[in-house]
Formats: sequence, C-alpha cells, structure tokens
Amino acid sequence: MSSDLAAGGVTARGTTDGSRSLSTSPTDALPITVRNVTKTYGSVHALDDVSLDVESGEFMTLLGPSGSGKTTLLMVLAGFTRPDSGSLRFGDTEMIRTPPHLRDVGMVFQNYALFPHMTVAGNVGYPLRLRQMPKAEMEERVERALDTVQLGGYGERRIDQLSGGQRQRVALARSIAFEPRILLMDEPLSALDKKLRDRMQIELRHLHEKLGMTTVYVTHDQREALTMSDRIAVVNHGRIMQVASPERLYDQPENKFVADFIGDSSFIDITRADGALMAAGTSLKTTRPVPESSALSLMVRPERVQIVANGAADGMNVFEAAVTDLVYQGESFLLYATLKDGTDLAVRGANRTGTFADLPKSGERVRLGLDPGDTVIIAGEA
Amino acid sequence: MAVSDLDTARLGTEPAAEDGANAHGLRMDERRERLALFGLASPALLIVLIILVIPVGWLFYVSFIGADGTFSLENYERMINSKSYARIFQTTFEVSFLTTLLCILIGYPLAYFMSQLPDRWANVCLITVLLPFWTSLLVRTYAWLVLLQKNGLVNNWAISLGLWDEPIKIVHNLNGTLIGMVHIMLPFLILPVYATMKAIPKDYLKAAANLGASPVRAFWTVFFPLSTPGLFAGSLMVFILCLGFFVTPAVLGGGKVIMVSMKIVSNIELFVNWGAASALGVVLLVLTLAVLWVASRFLKLDNMTGGGH
Repeated sequence: MSSDLAAGGVTARGTTDGSRSLSTSPTDALPITVRNVTKTYGSVHALDDVSLDVESGEFMTLLGPSGSGKTTLLMVLAGFTRPDSGSLRFGDTEMIRTPPHLRDVGMVFQNYALFPHMTVAGNVGYPLRLRQMPKAEMEERVERALDTVQLGGYGERRIDQLSGGQRQRVALARSIAFEPRILLMDEPLSALDKKLRDRMQIELRHLHEKLGMTTVYVTHDQREALTMSDRIAVVNHGRIMQVASPERLYDQPENKFVADFIGDSSFIDITRADGALMAAGTSLKTTRPVPESSALSLMVRPERVQIVANGAADGMNVFEAAVTDLVYQGESFLLYATLKDGTDLAVRGANRTGTFADLPKSGERVRLGLDPGDTVIIAGEA
Repeated sequence: MAVSDLDTARLGTEPAAEDGANAHGLRMDERRERLALFGLASPALLIVLIILVIPVGWLFYVSFIGADGTFSLENYERMINSKSYARIFQTTFEVSFLTTLLCILIGYPLAYFMSQLPDRWANVCLITVLLPFWTSLLVRTYAWLVLLQKNGLVNNWAISLGLWDEPIKIVHNLNGTLIGMVHIMLPFLILPVYATMKAIPKDYLKAAANLGASPVRAFWTVFFPLSTPGLFAGSLMVFILCLGFFVTPAVLGGGKVIMVSMKIVSNIELFVNWGAASALGVVLLVLTLAVLWVASRFLKLDNMTGGGH
C-alpha cells in the first residue's frame, strides 16, 4: 500500500479522488469557531474581539503584516496563548481552556522544532508513542506519513543530516502522523529558498486536498496566501479586516487596508459633482457598487490599465497622464505616469517581441483606459 | 546538493590557470597567516610548557626516586601493598561521587528553574549563584566550620526549633565534608547545565505539547535528554575538581575523611618523602586522565545523538 501511495505521490496531478484518501476523509475534519477572542499585552491589543469561522476541511490562511496578531490567533488555536476572553470551538466542543496537549491538533512550527536527539522516525513516531500505539502499527504509520511527504526510507536519518526542505517535510509528517482533524501551520515555508517554496506551496495544497483536514495557515506572504488558500482572513492590528476567497479578496477588497496590502495598487481620490463621480478630472463610468461614504477613492490595479490610442475609448474611463518612467521587466513592462490631479499610477502590460520599443517614453503624454468593470471604489481617501 | 551544483557551475566558468603564479602566491599567503597565528599563541604555549609540562615531568621523575636517592619502584610498591593507600583512593572517589550526586540533585532543578525565568530574574539568580563563587574558598570553609560545630548556629537553631534534642555531629566527619564541598562545587555544575538549558528552543516543548505530551512527559522525553550534555559536562567538572580537593575536606573532615591530596601533604610535611608524594600525585593524575578519557567517549556518543545545532 505504501509504495502505491508513493507512486501516486503528492506532486502528481489529480490525486483528489477520495478513494485513496490517506488518513482522514474530509468528513472527519472539524470546523473551527472563534468568537470574540481578545488578547491584550499591556495596552496593546494583540487580538481585538476576533471572530472567525473556518469550515470543515477548509484551507484558511491568516494573512497580515508582522505584529498584526495572526500568529497570536494561531497560538490561541494551538493553546499556547491564553486569551483574556472569548470562545473557541472545535466542532461543538469548547476548547478555550483545554491545555495544548489535549487539543489533538497538528502544528508545523516556523523553525520546524524537530527534536534533534531523535531520528526522523523517532520524531514522526513521537505523537504515536505518546498515544501508546502498538509498535507494528506505529512503524507502519510512520512509514506511511513519511511516504506522504515523499521521504520514504528516511526514517533512520538524523535530523542534522537533512536539508531545509527535508526538515520541513519531516515536520509536516510528524504533524499529520497522529491524524489530527485540524492542522495549524506557522509560516512553515519562510525558511526555504524561493524555488523550493514555490514547489512546497503546490505540494501542501495537494496534501491538503488529499488529507482533507481543516487547515489554518499563517503567512505574511500574500502570493503564498493567494496560491494556497480556499479563503484568506486578512489581519491587521489584531482585527480581521476581510475574510474572502483569493479572487474576491483581490478583485473586491472591502477596505483600504486590504486593497493596499493585497497586490499592487494605486488610489485616486474621487469627488462628487452633481451626482457624478469625478476622478482625476474624468467623469467615472462604473458598474461596481459605490460604498456609503463621504470620502471615496478609486483603486487601480496596474495590470487592469490599458494604454489607449488617441480617439479610441470603447466606453472606457480614459485618463490623461504624463509618463515619468518606463521599466523593462522581462515578461512585462511597468510604466509609471502622473495623472492631472498629481496621482502617480502604475501600468503593467505583457511584453511581446518588439512591442517594447513602441511604448511611450518618459516625458511623453499617454492616454490610460480603465474598464468600468475594473473600477473598484473604496471608502476613504486615497 | 544545490551547493555542489553551484560549485561545478563556478568551476566550469573559471578560466584556465595562467601559469601557476597565483596558486603559489595564495599558498604563501596561507602559510604566512598560519605562522602569524602560531606567533600569537606562542606566549600561552610557553607558559603551559613552563608551568605544566616541566613540573609534571619532574614529578614523574621524582616518583621513581627511592629513599636512598637512586632509581626505585618502592613508592609505587608501597601504594600497592599498603591497605591504607587503597582506602584513601576509595575515600577520594566516594567523596567525589557523593559530592557530584548531591550537586546534580540540588543544581539541576535550580538550573531548570532559572532557565524558565524571564531573563531579568534569571540574571538575579545567576548572580546569587556566583556570589559565593567569588568569595575566598578558605573563608567559606571556615564559615561552615563555625555554622556546623557542636554549639554552632545550625545545632542551636535545630534544638530550639525542636528538630533534634541534643547537638549532633555534623562537622569533622563525612557530613561536614560533603556540605562544604557541595556548596563550593555547585556553581561548576549549575553554570554549564543552565547554559545548555537556555539553548534549548522553547518551541521544542511547545511541539511536544502539541503532539500530545503532558508537561511531565515533555520534560522527560524532550527537555531532559537535550540538557544531558550540560549535565554531563558539569558533573565531570565537579567530579574531577573533587578528586584533587584539599582545603575543605582537610578543615571540615576533621582527619576522618582522608583524601589523596591530604596524604600528599602529610607525606611532604610529616615524612618529608618527596618520592612518595610524587608517586601519589602521578597516580592521581593518571586516574583523573582515565576518568576524562572514559567520559570523553560518552561525550562523543552524546554529540552524535544530541548535536544538531
């Protein structure tokens, strides 16, 4: 069975069929309910009345800048941080006062926290030994967990003989070996180099599809969050700013912080004149909802802006601008321009053979078009 | 693997060596640096030679000189034949072992406590541990003599508190020797143990708890094994220092606890027999080295399983 699983390994595409599900089937996963959790350190609100629902089997990412409270929230889930108040339920069970060793959640630590005095198998088997599993069953489970992370046969290695990526896998194997129904990960890929990180992101994603456990993943890397998550909770100053799927978060940010934090964006002030919305001297055509707010701004993603020829408009919002910089970036170009109202705008476009030379140069005038469907309007000044 | 790939890539792009002049120059640079390092180390090496190698050599030589001033094995023969010598060595090892054991029992929990404190309080504790360390050994030993004597503070308090009825003998015997020696040796155990414990990442215990270990299980399966290198180093240091200890057992033992060092002194002061004293010194040195050798094999084993950072 183990060789069978290794062949269908985590990197193979389309391993989502439930028939081969390794340990827990998705129905075993537990939903997490966080209600009004508050944690203060002195006068600092690490968590400020946080409520969050993670669905059964969902891959939820807590994304935020450092010091935002995302790790504190994860530590509350794991039981290492005692909040001041609030409720935490796994399924229907209240867990807020349960000590960490009775919570039965797997966790991958940022620095892996592998025990250096044990072999790989010793580490992966540690939670099973604590549960007094019979030796034969334990050995089989350890090998299975190692196969799952593609480290079959590495059981006798010492931890210091492993590379960073291998340690990462061992930590993962250890956290899933006892088949927890909830898996927590604290920036598990931050110590890896970029190429390995990219590959592990896909692998973790596949592993999650295969094992189906409810996963809460903490990262400050928005690309990682967008790549891996079912939903993302953006955290800042101990509060959850928005919870949404990656696409929704990118295309429909609900507030300035999310719009600014996720992806590249420029903001243009919107003024109201006779019921119309004016942005940088242009009357704004929009198909997007307009928030109830006295101050509004228009969020512009660089790749949604087009350079349009004189006269051609096609129902787009057209802004007159002066080019300040043009940068060649290989697969794309980046053009910086200043609008009439002084706002700096970035424009990104794909490079095709020979097209770069035709782009407007620094100092030249340019007409920038924005589709009415791409006009994301946010409450608050730019 | 990635590193070796890089290396071959770098080698592949390197132009062929022009005429070997660079290689020669680089070799000369390396040699010059090595000589400079040796020059820096030479004063220390010279001191080691003068105050260690030469005296030990001389000691070794004298131990083979008999009472008549010629080469003889009589100093060693006496040690083998006389029961009293065997008893002295036995006492020495017993006292050292008991002192080490008591230091572990008292020092390890204290070091653990300190390692779990916030840094500021840990430093306060560390200073209180070190404070007696900076006080004269002789002063501390005589202080114990005063405290532990028949009508001393300890006996008087114990009697007035009703712990025991009449003064008991806690000094001028093994008890007094152990109390004094443990007090003096404790920092030698606590410091390395504490340093090792401080270096154990807190995440290890969190990981153990997360995987289902109760605090007690986490301690014995993760924390304790990782602290053993420090415990081993500290115990070894205490044990070896005890083997050659003189002042405290001489003052607090009351002549009932005779260790090798005391026999060496009496051989010189009472019997003016330098040969016999030297032979004892040589045997003690050899035994100490043997203990170190055995211990180092354990230490190496330990590094193989416990290293990693």
